[in-house]
Amino acid sequence: MELKRAIEILDGEVLTTSVNLNRQVKGGVGADLMSDVLSSTQPEALLLTGLCNPQVVRTAVMADVTAIVLVRGKQPPNETLQLAENEGIPLISTRYGMFEACGRLYQAGLPCLERPVSSE
Amino acid sequence: MSDNLLSASRVITDKVAENISRVEELAYEIRVREVMTSQVITMHPNDAMQTVLETFRQARISGAPVLEEGNLIGLISIEDLIRCLLKQDLAAPVHQYMTPHPVVVKGDDSVVEALKVFVSKKYGRLPVVDSNGHLIGIITKGDITRGLLRALERDYQSEEVRRYRASHLFEDIESERTSLILRYNIKQGDFEHGGEASAKIKRALLRLGASPQIARRCGIAVYEAEMNLIIHTTEGGVIRAEIEPHQISIDVYDYGPGIRDVELAMQPGYSTASEKVREMGFGAGMGLVNIKRCVDWMKLESEWGKGTRLRMKIYLPPPHTHTKGENSNPT
Repeated sequence: MELKRAIEILDGEVLTTSVNLNRQVKGGVGADLMSDVLSSTQPEALLLTGLCNPQVVRTAVMADVTAIVLVRGKQPPNETLQLAENEGIPLISTRYGMFEACGRLYQAGLPCLERPVSSE
Repeated sequence: MSDNLLSASRVITDKVAENISRVEELAYEIRVREVMTSQVITMHPNDAMQTVLETFRQARISGAPVLEEGNLIGLISIEDLIRCLLKQDLAAPVHQYMTPHPVVVKGDDSVVEALKVFVSKKYGRLPVVDSNGHLIGIITKGDITRGLLRALERDYQSEEVRRYRASHLFEDIESERTSLILRYNIKQGDFEHGGEASAKIKRALLRLGASPQIARRCGIAVYEAEMNLIIHTTEGGVIRAEIEPHQISIDVYDYGPGIRDVELAMQPGYSTASEKVREMGFGAGMGLVNIKRCVDWMKLESEWGKGTRLRMKIYLPPPHTHTKGENSNPT
């Protein structure tokens, strides 16, 4: 799915500049546990999270996440924005909660990129 | 592109700023003189239109500045020539058909200034002048497109060149055993910079030509170890990554407090992290398990009260063979 389309579905607000909206996301991951993101996420995912600290961006860089969505209309602190800007990872804010945001994307055909523990 | 440039000349809102592309940035960075054609064919006001026709046909151009004693006094274009042909008036002098006082751009202007004129007027070309008003070239939309494409290519090539140079590091330097050592000091509690060292190691690996899978595995393993230093140590510790053509060896050590029960620490879900750390999304007791999954070899040694040493190795496949990808079989 094009990032542009995902933002539309989430009625999202792009918080970082110089975003390539035509980039593809292969699927979605919803997590507040960064260790889960690191251990279960496949590359080129859209990460939906309620966490706003800079570690979210660091984790995204390590896990080859394409873009980060902050749920429930959360606005990240400046350090997070700055880091996302430097690392070239788009930050998007959506007013939907985690449950609804994931549901909307899944319903629109975005697959899940989280692996179950058994496959580790 | 022209639409975006037009909107860029209005007040730029955050919404618009998001959509400014690299091409548009370049349109502001690149000067007219860098993309213009500097060897210009010019006409004299008293030349016959017949001469213009022959010149345009031979040189395959569609417009030319008109100069009188070195001063720019007009522009003659193929449209002017067509008007003249309709009247069958090819014996007439250039000054009867030329556009006098043409709009000009300065060589030091950014390309966007020329683009604004092209968008707002219907000119196909613009004479370029220096600060004294003397003709130094001519610019068309085609010149701008070619110039922007060249600049984009340069952007792309500079990262390629960096990568190329780095990836030949091991070939260019001869020794019995060559290695590159990266060392980072990590401070306890420094969450703000947590992950910087691992991000740098990951980038270095990619520049050295490692596959994205290897860089990812190494990045995740070092990141977990880096966060452990920040979360659990008394004063922080050191990450030392040694890169060799056949393997990456990572040594992470600290001076306390150490792990009471290493076997227990290795169990999935076991954690001693504080509530604050858990709120940050860490401390799920998956760090060491995650590291083990990412590396080919690991050894964790610790003595309570003294410190901890975690050693990891990722073996690199010989060049030109297929790498065993972490996600070679995506579902």
